[in-house]
Amino acid sequence: MGDVLVYAEHRGGHFPKTTLIAVSAGLELARKRGGQCIAVLSGDGAAAAAAEIAKYGPSKVLVLEEPRLKHYLADAAAQALAGLVKKLGAETVLATATALGKDLMPRLAARMGAPMASEIIAINDDGTVVRPMYAGNALATIELDGPVRVVTVRGTAFDAAKPSASAAPIETVTPELDAAALKMEFVNFNEIKSDRQQLNEAKIVVSGGRGLKSGENFKTVLEPLVDELGAAMGASRAAVDAGFVPNDLQVGQTGKVVAPELYVAVGISGAIQHLAGMKDSKTIVAINKDEEAPIFGVADYGLVADLFKAVPEMVEAVKKLKH
Amino acid sequence: MKILVPVKRVPDPATTIRVLPDGSGIATDNVKWVINPFDEIALEEALRIKEKQGSGEVVLISVGQTAWQEQLRTGLAMGADRAILVKADSPLDTLAIARVIAKIASDEKPELIIIGKQAIDDDSNQVGQMVAELLGWPQATFASKVELADGKCTVVREVDGGLETIAFPLPAVITTDLRLNEPRYASLPGIMKARKKPLNELAADSLGVELAPKLKIKTLKTPEKRQAGRKVASVEELVQMLHTEAKVI
Ligand SMILES: Cc1cc2nc3c(=O)[nH]c(=O)nc-3n(C[C@@H](O)[C@H](O)[C@H](O)COP(=O)(O)OP(=O)(O)OC[C@H]3O[C@@H](n4cnc5c(N)ncnc54)[C@H](O)[C@@H]3O)c2cc1C
Ligand SMILES: Cc1cc2nc3c(=O)[nH]c(=O)nc-3n(C[C@H](O)[C@H](O)[C@H](O)COP(=O)(O)OP(=O)(O)OC[C@H]3O[C@@H](n4cnc5c(N)ncnc54)[C@H](O)[C@@H]3O)c2cc1C
Repeated sequence: MGDVLVYAEHRGGHFPKTTLIAVSAGLELARKRGGQCIAVLSGDGAAAAAAEIAKYGPSKVLVLEEPRLKHYLADAAAQALAGLVKKLGAETVLATATALGKDLMPRLAARMGAPMASEIIAINDDGTVVRPMYAGNALATIELDGPVRVVTVRGTAFDAAKPSASAAPIETVTPELDAAALKMEFVNFNEIKSDRQQLNEAKIVVSGGRGLKSGENFKTVLEPLVDELGAAMGASRAAVDAGFVPNDLQVGQTGKVVAPELYVAVGISGAIQHLAGMKDSKTIVAINKDEEAPIFGVADYGLVADLFKAVPEMVEAVKKLKH
Repeated sequence: MKILVPVKRVPDPATTIRVLPDGSGIATDNVKWVINPFDEIALEEALRIKEKQGSGEVVLISVGQTAWQEQLRTGLAMGADRAILVKADSPLDTLAIARVIAKIASDEKPELIIIGKQAIDDDSNQVGQMVAELLGWPQATFASKVELADGKCTVVREVDGGLETIAFPLPAVITTDLRLNEPRYASLPGIMKARKKPLNELAADSLGVELAPKLKIKTLKTPEKRQAGRKVASVEELVQMLHTEAKVI
């Protein structure tokens, strides 16, 4: 009763921090529902990732073994998981709201006729959950009915699970798939390689907006600050739309939600859609030449200045601090 | 090719949203209503496919109330051929909305459903994926490029860490991301023509699909507002503060 099945995402055997967040939320929910937290993995490298995840607190780790799950595809993964949920009698299926979690969980919910709550930020003792709506302008308390429920959790709202001394047992499961119903085919993954930290894992994020004026300026003006701070780089939608930086750097309501220790917004006005993605950061700095810019309304420290002068100065000041 | 495009009526993204004091919903006076921006992108993509192929039909579907006619007329003015308004009196959850859309799709038999990745008000990001599963069709979420050739569809998707390409046969469901295209505006002749285009209405409870919500919104509340801090006079002061006061660098 009350068991929680956590879909533990990984890529080629390595899992991002967001997966440990799913495990931690799964452990909390299982505790509140009086059940167990079980992790499930699939795809290339799943066995290696399972051995690691087993150390982070779940009661059991399951590895779905099936050639059609080698590359993640929503139709096959939803089929395999739905079969597993039925077999286990789990009450809730949970994943972090990453691109993969958002792709898979609604499909799984529909397959099981289950209600789904997206990007929850809290689990109440009575089993209700809380999620933001309207770009974070409202928090809804939600009740999910029925024998099976599906949730995704917001990566910024839960702490990552911590490793323990013991490891949970790992079992292999062979799902039965209706191959005729599987029509999706993986073609390729064009990875954007970067030596920098991942946006949703970094302690410091430096984001640039339209004020940077070009992709070239992102490189020559913003990147030195990003690197000097050992930060991850983010951007506003306007900067991404203009082609200054890749899509997956977009912070906001319809991009990534981040909550680092320090968020530095450079040449970003602070539209509600951008704020939705960063306003839970611990400390916020805004550098903008317009003193009326709404970003100053959420900034702990605001500097009204021309970024092309202020950012290089900041690089030097941070350098000095380190010596 | 026939393409079905679901359309949701949402508050204009520039609207300031206020939660009602009793937590039952949001204040809707002074709200300007528009087509969900991701649905405009979906409609634009459907229109471009039709124009490129030189034939076909673009059908809009909304699950809402009478007032939603307004957004459907805007969609017709952008170039859609006809619209279906499925009227529901009580709030529906994502799965119920997906069931209604899937039911209409099984009657209309489109080859593609192009749908916004997320509604900018409720922010669920669910309906497209649910429709795909209910119909047993492939899904390509967060599309930034769509190519059609010989009954096969190839989609580039915006995922974490890069771009993924997947391929599948039609019929299928595609959900739109921001960079797929830039939607057109309705032209004046378009607006004139839209008045005469068919807009059929039917009742959700006449479709024979399960509508009772299993997800219930109990209350809404306003999140605690973050307080603005202060302005610093120089870069030097800023870095000093970050070091000694905030202790983040
Ligand atoms: C007063 C009030 C009470 C509510 N009570 C509940 C409740 O108790 N339970 C609950 O689950 N929800 C409730 N809702 C919200 C609800 O009706 C959501 O709109 C619904 O759950 C869909 O979620 P979404 O729009 O976030 O979907 P998303 O999955 O984010 O939408 C993706 C896409 O699906 C399509 N789509 C979504 N909705 C429609 C639609 N109606 N017609 C056509 N296409 C559509 C659009 O193309 C959209 O781009 C309530 C809303 C109001 C205003
Ligand atoms: C459906 C929808 C979804 C959206 N989703 C997102 C999202 O997820 N994330 C997001 O960020 N936005 C999103 N937006 C867009 C959002 O509404 C804003 O348009 C966008 O955030 C603006 O980006 P910006 O602040 O970089 O640009 P602008 O608003 O143009 O601001 C540029 C700022 O730079 C400052 N500036 C210019 N030159 C300098 C200089 N030399 N020195 C210092 N400052 C300077 C200006 O004073 C200004 O404040 C969305 C919009 C819609 C409709």
